[in-house]
Amino acid sequence: MNLDLILGILQIVLIATTPLVFAGIGELVTEKSGVLNLGVEGMMLVGAVSAFIILVITGSYFLAFFVSILSGIIMSGLFAFLVLFLMSNQIATGLALTIFGIGLSSMLGKQYIGTPIDGLSPWFFVIFSFLIVFLVSYFFYKTKAGLILRAVGESHNSAHALGYSVIKIRFLSIIFGGSMCALAGSYISICYAPMWQEGMTAGRGWIALALVVFATWKPERVLIGAYIFGGVTILQMNLQALGLRFPGQFFSMAPYVATIIVLVLISSNKLRIKLSAPASLTIPFYKGR
Amino acid sequence: MIRIITFLSTFLVFAFGSAYADPKKVGFIYIGPPGDHGWTYMHDVGRKYMESQLGDSITTTYLENIPENADAVRAIRKLADSGHDLIFTTSFNYMDQTHEVAKDFPDIKFEHATGYIQADNVATYSARFYEGRMIEGHIAGHMTETNTIGYIASFPIPEVVRGINAFYLAASKVNPDIKMKIIWVFTWYDPGKEADAANTLINQGADIIVQHTDTYAPCQAAQKAGVYAFGQASNQEEFCPDAHLTSIEDIWGPYYAERAKAVVDGTWSSGDTWDGMDKGMVVMSPYNTKLMPASLIQEAVNMEVGIKDGTIHPFTGPIYNQAGELVVPEGEVAPDGMLLGMNFYVQGIDGEVPQ
Repeated sequence: MNLDLILGILQIVLIATTPLVFAGIGELVTEKSGVLNLGVEGMMLVGAVSAFIILVITGSYFLAFFVSILSGIIMSGLFAFLVLFLMSNQIATGLALTIFGIGLSSMLGKQYIGTPIDGLSPWFFVIFSFLIVFLVSYFFYKTKAGLILRAVGESHNSAHALGYSVIKIRFLSIIFGGSMCALAGSYISICYAPMWQEGMTAGRGWIALALVVFATWKPERVLIGAYIFGGVTILQMNLQALGLRFPGQFFSMAPYVATIIVLVLISSNKLRIKLSAPASLTIPFYKGR
Repeated sequence: MIRIITFLSTFLVFAFGSAYADPKKVGFIYIGPPGDHGWTYMHDVGRKYMESQLGDSITTTYLENIPENADAVRAIRKLADSGHDLIFTTSFNYMDQTHEVAKDFPDIKFEHATGYIQADNVATYSARFYEGRMIEGHIAGHMTETNTIGYIASFPIPEVVRGINAFYLAASKVNPDIKMKIIWVFTWYDPGKEADAANTLINQGADIIVQHTDTYAPCQAAQKAGVYAFGQASNQEEFCPDAHLTSIEDIWGPYYAERAKAVVDGTWSSGDTWDGMDKGMVVMSPYNTKLMPASLIQEAVNMEVGIKDGTIHPFTGPIYNQAGELVVPEGEVAPDGMLLGMNFYVQGIDGEVPQ
């Protein structure tokens, strides 16, 4: 193996994994505050299509990403309103958000399918994805605000009793998650595969959700999990192209199997569950109780 | 008197109604969205052509993004329940689902694309895309400088394997040193993954990218890396003008119009249709004159003529399999039965077909 080949593989892995890191870290922050948002795939798609449309209309990459993140804030804000104020079931609402996002993005993007655009270099976002993981990690474990956010996710009643606004903190966490998912989506439609196609995120939102569990709700492990997944995918392609006899199907399902194994491992022991999953995850908070 | 008028008006309504028979309802099941500019897009172009030909005698419906699992049964059944007279299921892996529903609706006609099992009310149809693959292989053999071709394959079904073999046979004929690198991505539709596969192949030295997946992401990746590519299913030149050599276009419209007309006329019967360039079901996109030398374009055009008049067949013997066994003797062409069930690579291709 020569150096160029290895560097080339590394580049492809970095480019392919970045959207998983964005969506995964966004969802992790949301879940750390005690809210499970299954709408990742839907928010990614709406983010992808809105970035694409704005880029076609205005030609400005900055505006494209700006509006895309705005769309993520609106989508997740809608979710936050439903689950935090109307106390709707988080799992059902999240699934509805994904279905809504798939439909909305198809409708908005209909006339933009097949419009050629100039893709943007992905490297800024690749670097940013590493940065954001370390920022989130620093925020969680080195700042007071991060401690409060985690406290809200562990026991919202205690946090409330201490005088922290559970609703406000969860709202902000959900919105952060939404904007990261939208960013992941816009990265896909502008940098990774510069085009708009219906459903073009192709299940990456669900992989991001699995990554959060795989990472046992630790930011750095999201990065590790994402790169294991991205690395395995690209590596198996390389082995195939080298003509090795190789079960490609197995590696297509590997990340899901790994997630199930991690789930089994962490739930086989009560203490481990308590240590990893936020204790208030998916439990609605009623003020004044 | 009133009774007579009522009777007459009822009679007239019926007479009128039968003179303008209800339009026949034609339904389509799509594997992807019609906007993929590939496989599904061309089926939708065919649907629109059919509408334009038959006018008011038919109405059409389509259901898009239907996965090849139990959802397909529900989708096909939905069309059958809502009074469709003719239903096209446009992906290979809808086979079992199509037959499952067709059993319960003997009066409804079904058409399964790229399938090989027929029933009284299930016909199959496909195009001989491998004829186009042969021309692509010939072009690639001349155009490659690294002697390495990157091939992005979707699922290990005969349709895809046949394309790989036809391509390789033609390419190795003009350039015996040619090497094929094949990546199976196990999806028809994932722009990101298709681009990853293309970039991986280019990174390993391929300077021509061939795809059997549905979006133009691989062609875009080739353009970015400065190598050549063949588009898929429709003309994709506008998305990658500096990489796109040609595409194999699937032209379904005339077949769809003919079959729908048969349902309107009540003459539909089951059968198996497998047409190629001679019937215009497979068409090559305009060759890229910026990238290809004129002599090569002329050779490709001559090949088209030969395929159309039957003097050239992509699977002309002697053809050996990977074990070195003679599968098609010299001077003969592979029978359709062998082509339809093709699940082996020909001699010279590395690796093996995933099982």
